[in-house]
Amino acid sequence: MDALPEFRVLSPKTLDDVVAARAAHPDSKPLGGGTDLVVNIRRGIVAPPVLIDMNRVQELHAIKADERGLQIGSSVRLSEVAEHADVVKLYPVVAQAAAHIAGPTHRNMGTVGGNLCLDTRCIFYNQSEWWRDANNHCLKTTGTICHVAPKSRGVCFATFSGDLAPALLTLGAEVDIAGPQSRRTIPLNKLYIGFARQDVPITETQGDGKFYLSLRPGEIVTAVRAKNTPGLRSGYDKIRIRRSIEYPVAGVAVALKREGAKLADLRIAFTGTNPRPVLLDGTQALCGGPLDERVFKGLDALVRDQIMPMKTTFTPGHYRRRVAGVLARRLLTRLFES
Amino acid sequence: MARLLECRLNGRDRADAVADNVLLLDYLREKVGLTGTKTGCDGGECGACTVLINDKPTLSCLTLAVTVHGKRVDTIESLGVDGQLSAVQRGFHEKLGSQCGYCTPGFIMASAGLLRKNPNPSEAEILEALGSNICRCTGYVKIIEAVKFAVALNAQGVPP
Repeated sequence: MDALPEFRVLSPKTLDDVVAARAAHPDSKPLGGGTDLVVNIRRGIVAPPVLIDMNRVQELHAIKADERGLQIGSSVRLSEVAEHADVVKLYPVVAQAAAHIAGPTHRNMGTVGGNLCLDTRCIFYNQSEWWRDANNHCLKTTGTICHVAPKSRGVCFATFSGDLAPALLTLGAEVDIAGPQSRRTIPLNKLYIGFARQDVPITETQGDGKFYLSLRPGEIVTAVRAKNTPGLRSGYDKIRIRRSIEYPVAGVAVALKREGAKLADLRIAFTGTNPRPVLLDGTQALCGGPLDERVFKGLDALVRDQIMPMKTTFTPGHYRRRVAGVLARRLLTRLFES
Repeated sequence: MARLLECRLNGRDRADAVADNVLLLDYLREKVGLTGTKTGCDGGECGACTVLINDKPTLSCLTLAVTVHGKRVDTIESLGVDGQLSAVQRGFHEKLGSQCGYCTPGFIMASAGLLRKNPNPSEAEILEALGSNICRCTGYVKIIEAVKFAVALNAQGVPP
């Protein structure tokens, strides 16, 4: 009966109570479906003294999708997003990304907020306590070096692997955040700070695999919103070692506009490669012409430049980078020609 | 800290004092004594601990018991009524969907959850619905046959 360490569970009913509980218990963790957090507690990776159950707060369960925009509360279940008729029709990239997460039972449990804030992963981190102890722990827990990059000088390279983030990044989404000081809304892209740069110190805008979110102490994500862009075609695809309950070799979201034979707009985002979901910079320069070798070569160059998988999974980094590029090219072609 | 947990377990209302850090799986097996739900990987990867919460397949090894307060929980023990096997149970029995049997309660609950939501699933939908469960014996072919058989039985009025 004592599989878990001692902790208290608080079950606030309103968002204000959640924020107050977070402020009163600075070491607390918000609990969504538990598919990420409870596993990490069981493995002794984290030991929060207080869990705040986010599921009793009615306003966090709202989901709205129409021609104007998309708004999803952070406690909405992933299966609800994947099956929501209007999300499937109007925001296919989001529904497809949700449908690609883990397995069906996990999607009944996991929440949108949990997937957006998913803990970064690494083969040296997601291990049992005795395994990590035998390896002198790692930077992301209590160790002093990153085993993936021993010369990283204090930079952690654990990989972000949430699927909703890249999908929503291609739609230019924003996140609503509630905290003890105020409520604020920021572009989703600014939530993720896992740049893992060795030449700059870790700040609120520059982090790594360990400090991968720009949330301030006590803050929680309450909703994610995106505007509808008429004429946008979008989709999501992911390669895993097997088809369910497996973290990605690479995941990619593509959104594009086609005008006649021309590619008019292009946005591509990846997950499972870097310590943050990466919205490729420079895709606008590939637009304006037909979908030809020039676009594919340009895309390959952008992937080579910005996608940086390290040896954080059992599949080697150079393979994941190639998979990411190929997956993006295939999905882009499919959406352009559909 | 312990608190009062009230839920509707297998169709009967229950109230128990449960500590905050107790998993639903341990509550069911150790406190209530329903050992049909199995502990497998202990990390949400195998699905052996699958139960239905408000009719939705859920991993009891990653669910805190106190969070099911006020909800309906159905375990494998809820399926057979008066000695009559449910459609899914009969499917697994007659089509040999179970070998060592350890994963079977999880598979049966995931299948029962599917049939409650969609009484006439396609083969693709069956494969999709069982994606969170792992079986190391059967190779899954017999399990898929079992679920298809259960779909036919369910159509004749046998509850899933």
